[in-house]
Amino acid sequence: MSLYYVQKLLYQLNRDPNVRQRYAASLDALLAEYELTEEEQRAVREPDIGLLYVMGVNGQLLMHFAALRGYEWDAYLEAMRAGERRYGPVRAGLYKRAGST
Amino acid sequence: MSLVFAAACSHAPGITGRAQRADASVRDRFYANLERLRGALEAARPQALVVIAAEHFANFFMNNMPSLCVGLAEHYEGPIEDEEWLAIRRTRIPGAPELSRRLIVEMMQDVDLAYSEEWKFDHGIMVPLHFLTPRYDVPVIPVNINCQGPPLIPLARCWAFGRALRRACDLVPERIAVIATGGISHWPATPDSGKINEAWDRAFLEKFLDNRREELLAYTDTETYREAGQGGFEIRTFIALSGCTEGSRGELWFYAPIPIFAVGCTVAMIPVVPLRN
Repeated sequence: MSLYYVQKLLYQLNRDPNVRQRYAASLDALLAEYELTEEEQRAVREPDIGLLYVMGVNGQLLMHFAALRGYEWDAYLEAMRAGERRYGPVRAGLYKRAGST
Repeated sequence: MSLVFAAACSHAPGITGRAQRADASVRDRFYANLERLRGALEAARPQALVVIAAEHFANFFMNNMPSLCVGLAEHYEGPIEDEEWLAIRRTRIPGAPELSRRLIVEMMQDVDLAYSEEWKFDHGIMVPLHFLTPRYDVPVIPVNINCQGPPLIPLARCWAFGRALRRACDLVPERIAVIATGGISHWPATPDSGKINEAWDRAFLEKFLDNRREELLAYTDTETYREAGQGGFEIRTFIALSGCTEGSRGELWFYAPIPIFAVGCTVAMIPVVPLRN
């Protein structure tokens, strides 16, 4: 798990147009700059919004990444719920304390 | 005395971004009270507006997270979010660097602060400004309290910050307005988005409006998380305002849960009375 770096990538993607451009043009090179597991890389690539949520990515970061990837609001909420059904409760981060309810 | 205005309001991005999806009658009463607050703010003729906010990873991240940060920039830009998503156009907002520097120097006598000459506003500041200074013509001094990435600043330190802000405001000749902006109970950007604990919110607001220091500082993050969600950590902005307006009794102009806005929408005005000591 390197939740910190997944979140850092999304933080920089959300706030910096240059990082968004690199995300679109040279994703491999961008991902290589962060310490990410294979599962994390896949979740960012696809993107698997539900898995990112279950990994513990903060919604304040995730909702903007989801919007960037074309998720409307309801689709974003549903993707997180689908992630919990598929992968189980949130594994780390702020939401872990709440369990899966 | 140079603190001329104090108020609190919500800032959730749905307030503008998902406006069309809300119950129109409740939404419009909320907007009308924000408009009323705009009028009161203008009537106070502030030379600068301090916005005590709880940003959401726009400028501050876990690589170097300040508990308290005050803006010191010539100007700011916002929103950082997609303009269509938030339904607020990106713009430049004037800062008040020279005044901010004087306030920071005074506040540092009492509290440890970070400062920043570079700051992009997210919905936490842009939504209030959109309603309260829609021409973006009042110089803004942003304050951020880390309410997102634990470990979080203790509530008593938020109160102490508010007191330090008040002392600093009262030492400068400028007319200063302060707005605190945060949610009470809410679970934003999670599958529970739209859940609102109205009873918890109303109990908190009662203590806030009565400026009951001990009761406000008795909240624990464990209880807040359980009853009010991770969004409830933003009560820190309200508590800082209570420290800033110690001894003042507030008026609740509007409160109603609006689930599609993902928060109990709040507008509260705190008439400023002189400090006793």
